[in-house]
Amino acid sequence: MNRRFIQQWDLQIMVIPAIIMIFIFSYIPMWGILTAFQDYSPAKGFFGSEWVGFKHFRMFFNAPEFWQIMRNTIVISLLKLFIAFPAPIVLALMLNEVKNAFFKRFVQTVSYLPHFISWVIVSGFVISLLSVDSGSVNLLLQKLHIIDEPVHWLSIPEYFWSILITSGIWKEIGFGAIVYLAAITGVDPHMYEAASIDGAGRMRQLFSITIPSIAPVIIIFLILQVAQILNAGFEEILLLTNQGQNVVLRPVSETIDTYVYRVGIENYRFSYATAAGLFKGVISVGLLVITNWIARKLGDSSLW
Amino acid sequence: MKRSLEDHLIDIVVYTFLFLLAIVTLYPFWNSLVISFNAGNDTAAGGVTIWPREFTLENYKYVFKDARLINAFWITVTRTVAGTVLSILFTSMFAYAMSRRGLIGKKFYMILCVITMYFSGGLIPSYLLIKDLHLMNTFWVLIIPGIISVWNMIIFRTFFLGLPDGLEESARIDGCNHINTFFRIVLPVSGPVIATLSLFTAVGHWNSWFDASIYISNPKLLPLQVILNQTIQSILSFEASTTISATKQEFLQNAQSVTHKSIVMATTMVATIPIVMVYPFVQKYFVKGVLVGSLKE
Repeated sequence: MNRRFIQQWDLQIMVIPAIIMIFIFSYIPMWGILTAFQDYSPAKGFFGSEWVGFKHFRMFFNAPEFWQIMRNTIVISLLKLFIAFPAPIVLALMLNEVKNAFFKRFVQTVSYLPHFISWVIVSGFVISLLSVDSGSVNLLLQKLHIIDEPVHWLSIPEYFWSILITSGIWKEIGFGAIVYLAAITGVDPHMYEAASIDGAGRMRQLFSITIPSIAPVIIIFLILQVAQILNAGFEEILLLTNQGQNVVLRPVSETIDTYVYRVGIENYRFSYATAAGLFKGVISVGLLVITNWIARKLGDSSLW
Repeated sequence: MKRSLEDHLIDIVVYTFLFLLAIVTLYPFWNSLVISFNAGNDTAAGGVTIWPREFTLENYKYVFKDARLINAFWITVTRTVAGTVLSILFTSMFAYAMSRRGLIGKKFYMILCVITMYFSGGLIPSYLLIKDLHLMNTFWVLIIPGIISVWNMIIFRTFFLGLPDGLEESARIDGCNHINTFFRIVLPVSGPVIATLSLFTAVGHWNSWFDASIYISNPKLLPLQVILNQTIQSILSFEASTTISATKQEFLQNAQSVTHKSIVMATTMVATIPIVMVYPFVQKYFVKGVLVGSLKE
């Protein structure tokens, strides 16, 4: 064993630096989760800090903002799941109906573009377009006589969720459609021919052939999405609320992630923030396991 | 073939929707471009949408003279180039070794990698680690933590596994060790996969702001996205303070040809244009890349 190991030093030397990096930057933080059970103080460090059990979890559950944070995290996640997740599927299905190759190519190329732009720039676009000072959205709605006075969109809490979800869809719809389009391309064309001969129209073909054929791909992405669901747009929210400083929006914009950021990095309550983050992590793993189980059950019986 | 009413309806809905989508996607870019070429005081008066009213290059002159922005631009360029080259180099080397038969400990290494795809320590433990490593306020904090991408390793590995065995064997018979084989034989035939993954890594670095915003406070080390965000946020707070129209009137009277907003838009263009420029050339690669990535799931 040892001699063989030394003999392949050239292979091992390509692996070991990478493993060391993964160990340091992924595994040490996992171990660092234990700070949630301590009263961590930077002066004493991890090994010198006192162990306090579930104190920070109790504090988090009893915090006055706890239920608000939970509601926001859950609502934003569900909106993403039910509106933002199907959007690329709908786009792919629509693109599939386009017979004009040039138009199809044009729409695809344009729709991928926002994926490559940073959230900083997208939030800049949103802020500029929704600006009360002659932002384009206000101008358009005034011209159409839908509103009389310019609306201060970004300081009215009721609008925040719609703005967040819309900008998320705007950025990722085209890129998200790529995999579904590829899946649609893989559908056997004979099925459409046969259906057409049997007198099935395009809508019928869509629901009876295309969607069932790409269902497995949709399910896989759905499971992956659920694993990510509680991340609920951390970057976007931070950028649209001035790093969580916007107090007017906070009742609707504060999620577990932004809370962890605010209390941990801005107020230095490291142990408390780690506890809140760990709580989120535990729920995410639970959700992943449940969805996977449901998908398996459904897969056996009815869906396809 | 006869076209039914259904066919016509579907076409109308689909084409209208997709056309609107294209416009909605392009408009923010176009509007920002227009504002970046429009005089700031004129923009502040409102109503600039699809064509500049008072054309000017002042905004760009301001941006290219601002020492803070130029410095930020170079930080971003440096982190993108260095971050991409180092990450692709170490990740592909790692992936190559992981694709070789007989690598001792391969299973163990793979498990270590896969676990990190599902679990992480989260924000605060990573932050404390960076602090303990004394990486705060250094340029390297932008590059080192992300140097190995497990995701990219798996894509590289899949590619290397698909290479013909003869390629490697001939080099080995000539007495090359694995490292030489990798650099002389394998890398030169891996163009497409390197291009795709480099593109994604580079875009990630170019667009990244969060790491710099929490780990770096030294203004000389801040990348473009962070500076841009600071300027955008200052407009927001300005807007909030000018909802009282008296102050706003006052502001309009004193407005200069270069305002916060026009600078933001010019900076946005500087941050966007490099991406938009490389985009058409690499488009065919990234579609392939996305598919390889998703097949692995």
